[in-house]
Amino acid sequence: MYRYDEFDHTIVKERVTEFTGQVKRRLAGELTEDEFKPLRLMNGLYLQLHAYMLRVAIPYGTLSGTQMRMLAHVARKYDKGYGHFTTRQNIQYNWPKLKDVPDILDDLATVEMHAIQTSGNCIRNVTSDQYAGVAAGEIDDPRVWAEILRQWSTFHPEYTFLPRKFKIAVTGHSNDRAAIKMHDVGIIIVEGENGEPAFDIYAGGGQGRTPMVAHLVGEKIPARDLLHFMDAIMRVYNMHGRRDNLYKARIKILVHALGAEEFARQVKEEFAKGGAGEDLKLPDGEIERIRAYFAPPAYETLPDSDAGYEKALAEDKAFAQWARTNLADHKVPGYAIVNVSLKPIGGIAGDASDAQMDAVADLAETFSFDEVRVTHEQNLTLPDVKKSDLYEVWKRLDAALLATPNIGLISDMIVCPGLDYCDLANARSISIGQMISERFADLDKEHDIGELKVKISGCINACGHHHVGHIGILGVDKKGVEFYQVTLGGSADENAAVGDIVGPAFTEDEIVGAIETIVETFVANRKDGEIFLDTYRRIGIDPFKETLYAAA
Amino acid sequence: MPLLKDGVAVSDDKWVRVEDDADLPEDCHALISMTRWLKDRDALLTRNKPIGVALESSDNPDEIMDDLDRFGLIAVDFPQFKDGRGFSYGRLIRHRGKFEGELRATGGVLVDQLHYLVRCGYDAVDGDDRITEEAWADANSRFSVVYQPTGDGQKTALQKRHGG
Repeated sequence: MYRYDEFDHTIVKERVTEFTGQVKRRLAGELTEDEFKPLRLMNGLYLQLHAYMLRVAIPYGTLSGTQMRMLAHVARKYDKGYGHFTTRQNIQYNWPKLKDVPDILDDLATVEMHAIQTSGNCIRNVTSDQYAGVAAGEIDDPRVWAEILRQWSTFHPEYTFLPRKFKIAVTGHSNDRAAIKMHDVGIIIVEGENGEPAFDIYAGGGQGRTPMVAHLVGEKIPARDLLHFMDAIMRVYNMHGRRDNLYKARIKILVHALGAEEFARQVKEEFAKGGAGEDLKLPDGEIERIRAYFAPPAYETLPDSDAGYEKALAEDKAFAQWARTNLADHKVPGYAIVNVSLKPIGGIAGDASDAQMDAVADLAETFSFDEVRVTHEQNLTLPDVKKSDLYEVWKRLDAALLATPNIGLISDMIVCPGLDYCDLANARSISIGQMISERFADLDKEHDIGELKVKISGCINACGHHHVGHIGILGVDKKGVEFYQVTLGGSADENAAVGDIVGPAFTEDEIVGAIETIVETFVANRKDGEIFLDTYRRIGIDPFKETLYAAA
Repeated sequence: MPLLKDGVAVSDDKWVRVEDDADLPEDCHALISMTRWLKDRDALLTRNKPIGVALESSDNPDEIMDDLDRFGLIAVDFPQFKDGRGFSYGRLIRHRGKFEGELRATGGVLVDQLHYLVRCGYDAVDGDDRITEEAWADANSRFSVVYQPTGDGQKTALQKRHGG
């Protein structure tokens, strides 16, 4: 993991001091709420329906056990004993008191954490693949480049007042687990010249009310030019992105208006000008310095299979069920990637209690080289667990109610906070997710349905990623009544697509039945080995329209 | 309106804003719009008196990049603090164009933006009455380490790490 040096520490400490001063000015009445707003928003502090909400950055979703323990401490001491992991690999606290926020930031700073740029019209926390460094077939470790981008984008003097927020995701793998094409900028590491990593850079993706898949604007950009090319994208956007309309201010609108080719031409023209008096090339040794932090841990040389693990699989059905969905292949023989579900049946997607966070921290320290990842699908990952430890890890997860065997299945939903917390929401999301989860609680049924990504947003801003759900659900308000619009066929992976609206929206009473009808229609039409998305792409939307609306 | 230059209050601003439809006075430091500069450029190039241009946030500074050495002052308007185009304009004018005169941010800038403005090449601010000498000094001493090179000569964390 990356560790702060004196310079990183200084920047975070100086930021805490600055923000503490700003909070004092607010509490003393020297700043009005209106004046305070842009300042607190620069530091992840929102005013929600009922209270302030503090969003803490988890750079590229990577945490140590100590950091996870600190997140538990914050939940326990300053909040109501829980936190909410988000689709941007961050954590949100829903009930902090304003007067406590400086203390929270002080506590976080002791473990190299902060809330910098988790809101505001700036470059947000850079996200990445939760399997970074441990998946077989990876071209290069995206955390190295995400960290380089993190430093470059932190308090950027030129790009901190952009037309709108700006989200960057990086993956080093051809299986895209970071939804990079749905980001303002998505970066895929590819093989460059002389075995050096290079970058395919996509721009103009995003969700919200105008969902768009990003376009390739830079091909095989060499490592030494990464920051320079990013700078060119940011400058074109900062100078030419729309500022007259909040809803048309994201880079996707600029890319769309100019056309991807013209946008790419402008970026390349700006890039060719060679910067603005600065040298953005990384100094000799910096890539190596950062890469060293992400060196593989001291793996043991092990056979790929483990007798104890195989025995437990054969004898304990519940363990075997969990292993089937919640484990992923590790690049090193004898190890596995463990996914920790934050989607208990009937629970709140992404929420974890302080005790659960402590339990995961313990497991990371004892069994996974002291590392935890947060996934954009609102789960956690222990990236480096020996197969011989899996049974014990599972038992401890189970004891902490963290072993729901549903990763990738219908009850593993992305769900935004919705009208229960958010002041932008039009409808509740959490309760809809809970009802769907309960309807499909039968594990055998879930397994039979197979991989199915349901994503729920409580408003058009699409924080619940409904546009890219295999089944997407969007809460809308019609004359004070909550309705739910359904889209089908979306995807956030390497074949990213925006879902199609299936027809008129459903009421709260109808929506779970409608999802069931959609699933039944899939099951009736699927061919061997197909998951929902395959069948949908083969048969199209009409059979679903028919079964959903035929009776009406 | 208080004007700060290099962090020090200036009580007698020698620059006089001349509206587009007004005659250009013979003997003064005239600040004219970029539009007027572009329109009357040929005539203005022969003028032998100090001249400055004022950019709206919707102006494109690329259009005056060849003329920078003609100007004693370039003023860039920030219609509101959220409109960050001026940060890029500053970089282009000062760091790419090597402009050596006064680069002044005007309008709705916040105290908390002063540090960014300076790093983007501005040496003067004409804002509301919260933009004081103390605020300038405070904002520019808050952060002792920076990550980005901007052409302002400040050593970055990277350069310090690698023995620069």
